[in-house]
Amino acid sequence: MISIILLAGFGIINLFTGFLKSNRIMLPLVLFFLAIVFGVNLFSWNDPQSYFNNMMTIDNYAVAFTGIMVLSTLLILPFSQRYVADQDENLAEYYSLLLFALMAGIMMVSFENMIMLFLGIEIMSISMYVLAGSDKKRPRSNEASLKYFLMGSFFTGFLLFGIVLIYGATGSFDITTIAGTAVGADGIDNTMFVAGLLLTIIGISFKISAAPFHFWAPDVYEGTPTLFTAFMSTVVKIAGVAAFYKLLNAGFASSYSTWFPTLIAITVLTLVVGNIGAAVQGNIKRMLAYSSISHAGYLLMSVIAFNERSEQSIFFYSLAYSVATIAAFGILKLVTVQREDESFASFNGLGQTNPLLALVMTVSMCSLAGIPLTAGFFGKFFIFTSVLEDNSLIWLVVVAVLLAAVGIYYYFKVVIAMYMQPTGNYERVRVTSLASFVLIFMTVLTILLGLAPALVSDLI
Amino acid sequence: MMTALLLFWPALAALLVLLVQGQGAKRVAFIAALVEFAIALFAAATFTIAKTDPQFELSVPWIARAGISFSIGMDGISLLLVLLTTFLVPLIILSSFKHDYKKPNAFYALILFMQTGLIGVFVAQDAFLFYFFWEVALIPVYFIAAIWGGARRVAVTFKFFVYTIFGSFFMLAAFIYLYFQTAGTGIAAHSSDINAFYQLALDSSTQSWIFWFLFLAFAIKMPVFPLHTWQPDTYTEAPTQATMLLSGIMLKMGIYGVLRWLLPVVPNGASQWLDVVLVLSIIGIIYASIIAIRQHDLKRLIAYSSIAHVGLISAGIFSLTEQGLQGGVIQMLSHGINVVGLFFIIDIIFSRTKTREIMSLGGITQTTPALSICFMILLLGSIALPLTNGFIGEFLLLSGVFQYSYSFGAIAGVTIILGSVYMLRMFQGVMFGTRSPETEAFADLTFNEKAVLFPLVVMVFWIGLFPGTFLDISEPAVFNLLNIIQRR
Repeated sequence: MISIILLAGFGIINLFTGFLKSNRIMLPLVLFFLAIVFGVNLFSWNDPQSYFNNMMTIDNYAVAFTGIMVLSTLLILPFSQRYVADQDENLAEYYSLLLFALMAGIMMVSFENMIMLFLGIEIMSISMYVLAGSDKKRPRSNEASLKYFLMGSFFTGFLLFGIVLIYGATGSFDITTIAGTAVGADGIDNTMFVAGLLLTIIGISFKISAAPFHFWAPDVYEGTPTLFTAFMSTVVKIAGVAAFYKLLNAGFASSYSTWFPTLIAITVLTLVVGNIGAAVQGNIKRMLAYSSISHAGYLLMSVIAFNERSEQSIFFYSLAYSVATIAAFGILKLVTVQREDESFASFNGLGQTNPLLALVMTVSMCSLAGIPLTAGFFGKFFIFTSVLEDNSLIWLVVVAVLLAAVGIYYYFKVVIAMYMQPTGNYERVRVTSLASFVLIFMTVLTILLGLAPALVSDLI
Repeated sequence: MMTALLLFWPALAALLVLLVQGQGAKRVAFIAALVEFAIALFAAATFTIAKTDPQFELSVPWIARAGISFSIGMDGISLLLVLLTTFLVPLIILSSFKHDYKKPNAFYALILFMQTGLIGVFVAQDAFLFYFFWEVALIPVYFIAAIWGGARRVAVTFKFFVYTIFGSFFMLAAFIYLYFQTAGTGIAAHSSDINAFYQLALDSSTQSWIFWFLFLAFAIKMPVFPLHTWQPDTYTEAPTQATMLLSGIMLKMGIYGVLRWLLPVVPNGASQWLDVVLVLSIIGIIYASIIAIRQHDLKRLIAYSSIAHVGLISAGIFSLTEQGLQGGVIQMLSHGINVVGLFFIIDIIFSRTKTREIMSLGGITQTTPALSICFMILLLGSIALPLTNGFIGEFLLLSGVFQYSYSFGAIAGVTIILGSVYMLRMFQGVMFGTRSPETEAFADLTFNEKAVLFPLVVMVFWIGLFPGTFLDISEPAVFNLLNIIQRR
C-alpha cells in the first residue's frame, strides 16, 4: 500500500523537476525513488494486509509481482541517458507517467474488487497511450499512439461491459463474493454471468496482446520509442498476466469449465501467431514485438494449468522474461539510435565492434529462446511442469515445444548477425557506463537464475 | 568430489583461458586439458570395478522443493566415456596448434566449456541435470562451428542447432511427464533422480509414446537414418576441431542417452519398437556406406562412414543382448579414437594441399612413411580388421544383432564389406598412385602431429589386443542395466 502512495507522490514531485530540464538530475532522482519503492515493497512480505474495505490486498503474490515490475522499471530507465524521445523536452512528464503506470501495475496485482482492477488497467493504459506518442515529430509514433488509444478504448469497453454484466449476475464487484457464485448456482443469471466473464477475458487478453486481440501490438511496439516499448512489453504485460491469473484464481475458480475452452483457444492461437509472426519479420523491433506476443502465450499456458504450480511458474517466467527483454530492447535502442536502422542487418558485426553488447544480447536471446544455463530455460521448465501436472494437456506442451523450436530460429538470427556477418562500415556503438553496468547486471542475473533457479522460485 | 572436480575444472579453465591474450591461449588450454586427463586417470585408478552402483557420488539439492538435485556419479560406462572425453580433448587441442585461429582465447575457452557439458552428460544422475548438460554441450560447439567454420557455415550449423534443440525439447517434455509419475521423498512430491525413473511402472501405451519422444532426441544426435541430414554438411563446414568434438565425443551422448535414459526407463516401450529401430539402423548402415563410396570429398566420406558406424552401434544396442550392449560401449571408444584420427589426417592433408578432393590427391605415401602408417592403422581400425579396436566392437555388436535375428545380422554384416570398399578406395586414391601437382612437395608428420596420432594409434592396438581392460570396467554396469531392463 505504501508503495502505491509513494509512487503517486513521487510521480507528482517528479513533475516539478521538469523545470530543471536536466536528465542528469532527473534520472538519478527517479532511480532513487524507485529504489525506495522497491525496498518499501519488500517490507510487506509475509505480512498480508487488506485496505479500503477490502478493495485491495497486499499479499505475497502482490509483493512478488510488484518487485518484478519495479525492478524492471529500474533496469529500463538507465537506457534513457542521452536520448529518450522528443529531444528530452518533456522528460519529467515521461518519467512521471512511467511512475503512474507502475502504480497502476501494483493496483492490478493487488485488487480485490473489480473496480480496482478496472482503475488499474485504465491508469496504466492512459499512461501508455501518451508514452506511445511521445516521439511527437515521428509519424510512426503518432500512429502508434492513435492506434493504441482507439483500440485500447474499444477493448476497455469490453472489459467494463464484462464487469457490469458480472455485477448484474452476482450483485457484487468483490471477487471473493463473485467466487461464491458460479455458473448454474441458485439465483444466477447464467447467460449474463458467462457473457460477462467472456467479455472480461477478452478485455484483459487485449491488454496482454494475446491473439486474436494482438493486431495492435506489432505496429504500436514498432512506433513507440524503444524505451517505452521495453516498458510496455515487460511491466504492462506482466501486470496484465498477473491480474489475469489473480482474477481467475480468486474470482472464477469454480467456473473453470466455462472459461477453460476460451482461454485454451486464445493460448494456442497466441503461441502460433507470436512465434510464426516473429519468424518472418525483417525488423528486430517487430520481431521482439511478436516474440512478446509468444511469451504472453507461454505465460497463459501456466494460467490454463491452474494449479498450485501456476503462481510460481508465472512469477519465475515473468522475471526471466523481463530481464532478458529489457536487455534486448536496451541494446536495440543503443544500436538503432546510432546506426539508424532497425533491420537485422543493423546488428551485423556487433560481436567485433562491441563484444560486451553482443555477449549480453546472446545471453538474452538464449534466455528468451529457453536454452539452458539461462533463466529462460527454467522459466519454460516451470511452465511446462505446471502444465504437465495434468496429463490431459500433453498436447499443449507438444505444440509449445514445436513453437519453441521456431523461437530458436528467430532469436538466433540476431546472434548470427552479430557474430557471423561482416561489420560493414559500422562503427563501435557508444554505451554509457551506467548502461553497461545494468547490462552486465542483467546478464549475471540471467545466468545466476539459470544455474540456481531455487533462489527465487522457492520464494513464492 | 572426484566427479565434481572432473566436471568443473574445464569450466574453470575456460574462464582462465578467456583471460589469456594472443596465441598463448592454446598452450594454457592444452595444459588444462592434460590436467583434466590426469584427474580422470586418477579416478580410473581408484575406481572399484566390481561395483555396479555409481561411484564418486555427489548429490546436493538443486531445486529442493521440487525434488530435483544436482547429483552426479560414475559407473563403468560413465567412467569409460569420461576417459574417452578427457583423452580426446587434449589431442583435439594439440591438433589445432598449427592453425592460428582468430580470437584464440574464445575458441579454446569454448572447447573447454564444451568439455564440462560433455562430462556432465556422462555423469549426471538426475534427469533434469542430464538435460541441462545435454544443452550446455551443444551451445559451445554451435558457436565454434558457426564462427570458425567454412564458407557455408552459417546456414549449415544453424540447421544442426535447430534440429538438435528441436529433438531435445521433446526429451524435456518426456522427462517432465515421467517426473510426475515418480514418488518423491521428504518435502518433494516427485523426484527426478535416475533411480526414481528406473522404478517407474508405466503401462505399455504410455511407454510407447515416451519412447519416441526420447528416441527422437537421441536419434538426432547420433544420428540415425532418416534424421541424419544435418550431419554431413555440419561435419564438412565445421572447423576440424569442432568436427572432431562432434563425431568423436558428442555423438556418443546420443548413444549414452539410449543406454542410460531410454532402455532402462521405458524397456517395454523399447521392446515394442525394436524392429523399427533395428530396420532404421540397418538402412542407415547400408545407405550411408553406399553414399560414402560415391563421395569425392574426404571429410564428407568420413562423415558418411560415421553414420554407418553409428547405425551398427545403434542396431547392436537395440538387440538388448549383453554382447550388443558391451559391443556398443567398446565401439563408442573405438569409433571416437578412429574418427578423430581420420579427421585429423584429412586436416593434415588439407592444410598441405588445400584440397580434400580425392581426385586431385595421390602418391602421398612416397614421401611420408610416418603419415602413411598412422593413416593405414586408423583406417584398418575403422574397417574392423582383427587385432584392431574396430574388430572387437563390430564383432560384439554383430553377434548381438545375430542373436536378435539372423536375417538382420546378415544384412548388417554387409557393413564390414562396404566399409572396406570405401575406406580402401579412399586410401588408394589419396595415398597411392601418381603424384598430383598438389601433392608434389608433401612433407611428413611434424612433431606435434605425431604427438596427436601416436597416442591414437597406441589405443587402436590396445583396445584391439587387450579389450578386457575396458570390457571389464563396463561389464558390471552393463549387467546392471540389463537386469533393470529385464526386471520390468
